[in-house]
Amino acid sequence: MTTAHDVVIVGGGGAGLRAAIAIAEEHPGLDVAIVSKVYPMRSHTVSAEGGAAGVIGADDSVDEHAYDTVSGSDWLADQDAVELFVHEAPRELLRLEHWGCPWSREPDGRIAVRSFGGMKKKRTWFAADKTGFHLLHTLFQTSLKYPAVHRHDEWFATKLLVDDGRVQGLVAIELATGRIETVTAKAVILATGGCGRVFPFTTNAAIKTGDGMALAYRAGAALKDMEFVQYHPTGLPFTGILITEAARAEGGWLLNADGYRYLQDYDLGKPEPTPVLRSMELGPRDRLSQAFVHEVEKGRAIDTPYGPVVNLDLRHLGPKLIDTKIPFVRELCRKYQNVDPATDLVQVRPVVHYMMGGVHTDLDGATSVRGLFAAGEVACVSINGANRLGSNSLPELLVFGARAGRTAAEYATTTPGPTRAGLAQADDEHRRIWRELRRREAGTERISAIREEMQHTMEGSAGIYRSGDSLTKAVDTLRGLQDRMRLVTLEDRSQTFNTELPAFLELSAMLDVAEAIVQSALCREESRGAHQRTDFPARDDDRFLAHSLARRAADGSCEIDYLPVTIRRWPAGERVYGR
Amino acid sequence: MADTMTMRVTRYEPDLDHEPRTQDFSIPLRDNWVVLDGLNYIKDQLDGTLSYRWSCRMGICGSCGMMVDDEPVLTCATFLVDYAPGPIRVEPLANFPVVRDLVVDISDFIERLPRVSPWLVRHEDEPVDDGEYLQTPGELAEYEQYSMCINCMLCYSACPVYGLDPGFIGPAAIALAQRYNLDSRDQGAADRLDVLIHPDGLWGCTFVGECTTACPKDVDPAGAIQRYKLTAAIETLKSYVEGPS
Repeated sequence: MTTAHDVVIVGGGGAGLRAAIAIAEEHPGLDVAIVSKVYPMRSHTVSAEGGAAGVIGADDSVDEHAYDTVSGSDWLADQDAVELFVHEAPRELLRLEHWGCPWSREPDGRIAVRSFGGMKKKRTWFAADKTGFHLLHTLFQTSLKYPAVHRHDEWFATKLLVDDGRVQGLVAIELATGRIETVTAKAVILATGGCGRVFPFTTNAAIKTGDGMALAYRAGAALKDMEFVQYHPTGLPFTGILITEAARAEGGWLLNADGYRYLQDYDLGKPEPTPVLRSMELGPRDRLSQAFVHEVEKGRAIDTPYGPVVNLDLRHLGPKLIDTKIPFVRELCRKYQNVDPATDLVQVRPVVHYMMGGVHTDLDGATSVRGLFAAGEVACVSINGANRLGSNSLPELLVFGARAGRTAAEYATTTPGPTRAGLAQADDEHRRIWRELRRREAGTERISAIREEMQHTMEGSAGIYRSGDSLTKAVDTLRGLQDRMRLVTLEDRSQTFNTELPAFLELSAMLDVAEAIVQSALCREESRGAHQRTDFPARDDDRFLAHSLARRAADGSCEIDYLPVTIRRWPAGERVYGR
Repeated sequence: MADTMTMRVTRYEPDLDHEPRTQDFSIPLRDNWVVLDGLNYIKDQLDGTLSYRWSCRMGICGSCGMMVDDEPVLTCATFLVDYAPGPIRVEPLANFPVVRDLVVDISDFIERLPRVSPWLVRHEDEPVDDGEYLQTPGELAEYEQYSMCINCMLCYSACPVYGLDPGFIGPAAIALAQRYNLDSRDQGAADRLDVLIHPDGLWGCTFVGECTTACPKDVDPAGAIQRYKLTAAIETLKSYVEGPS
């Protein structure tokens, strides 16, 4: 079956919904549709906790926000993108307010802001500690106002159609019925989020499998800065549940096995009883996660069945502040860890959280393939460079979701429909899904076995610290796993809500993305931000003040190229925290 | 404590089964495992054909609601040890058509949601550049609880009225309408009144409060409905006194 739209958005999280609303508001004549493998309010934006940065205080300025972001990125962010971002972020957050987002308030009714890691001023808007949840539900509910926004909920996109040098739509499986649909579009916006699930220990939801990155990569688009994987310093052991940075912004301390605030040993400032901006526990995430590794090496972490941990101490904040400012932290700790942060120490360890890299786009979300756009975590503009600052990702998906929506809409108004060859590709894809997957002979491999091996390979080779040796081995291991995919057994032959077939397709996407991460990390022979090479411990601006671009070569291998960073007002310098 | 447990799972594949059946699986019983971990173990190690929804594993995405020993719960927040020695029964959410195994059809709720206008209604939008609509912490507290709904559908599964009359608009939709009605920035209460006082609206509720008991996020839909009944009664009376406007 074939469904036709002007613009199709893949993914119904924050970026996708923001794009859809922008199109519906500004181009009401266009037919826009969201194709999402889950209902939009299930999207992973829902899990963001701490807040969204946007300059609003009289004592703050967009230049300071830009500087914090650029220095936080270890100078790998593009400064034109950052300046545009910090300028548009407050307006987007205000727009969310006008749409009903329940932002936390000052006593006089104005928006309240809190401190956040790596930010020199208080500029992080928050809705208690469920900011992503409220942002997503506000966007979803607001999108219901616009009948022009069609939704294909629980449709799984399998391939982009590219012919005549442009994207013409996609093929998707309707999960409820197993029907394979050709969805034609003049423009496609990817808003599928990140790929934390390529790692074994992550805050990311099960759906974060890099589908959009793989779709773009296979369609010929470049993946940018894929080696930069953010570890959030405070995840709950075993589950990987995120304990928001807001817990430290409100005054929480990180303690090692001796009860010592160990961050003072890592050039992050001196311990003070109350939080100091850009210092200690409010340092950037890359530096904090790296400090943890050193504490483990020094034998000063605490051993648990789920690996070494340190303690997050919130007890001195008192139950009242905890319940007002970070109630979800208390709920999560009690429900999932059986500890109460008001009275107990909370064991935490670094956990894979966010991809700085993603599909290479310009400031308007356009990728290197005509008609293909991307926004949110799936994309890399780049404002995050080598290390994203906490609370920049929610405004990012609003600012660039809206921009991608507008640009895609304008492009769609002047673009013809699909070509015959484009539609023929769809027919081929229908046949591929049927023949190779549904009619596959019984194999010897389980999806879960290959997935686990991939995840452990990634943790072992592309974790907080990497080396050329481990990355080289990982390239081979991943290649072997790709080969083993041919031998995977699919037990489920049903067309009704078959979840095994999507799990197979997700794993296939993750293997492509994992390869791009490992190859990019192998080629970057320096240490910058979240990419730390034990064999190249220094930053090397002469060779690597540049974005990596990973492209799929004709033989299926991953080729790495470089693109200079846009430097404008802030030449590359030292990152200074706590002094 | 035994180190395994029997999970008795409802299976239903419409092309093969005339009616739902159950299948027993032996799963590891571990202290920190939730019901969802048990299901994932089955899917990964024992039977790849088992279908269910899940995503965040932290009680916020609302995907993984199921009946566990007859109670509607989020399976990511329900620990296996609380059901030891078992067997533990896992079934699809009650009151919904079953699509397959543990997956239910919630499209009825999704399609009905826009009817309560769950968005901020303003007679005139003020320009964003003029700044935020002021709202004090007290005004925020008026509706904050009702804004916490994750659409997990547990309350519909618990609701005896929805079970008998699927036309009933249901607890989460009414709570969401109240979330906007009580928001000091909203001016759409009158628009929502017709839907809410419709026979399928809030008067269908018999106030047994099962929705509030089932809610994993303390939204208290029963309280929202009760509170709104009072408002609706007053508004209805007013319309008789004042005549048609």
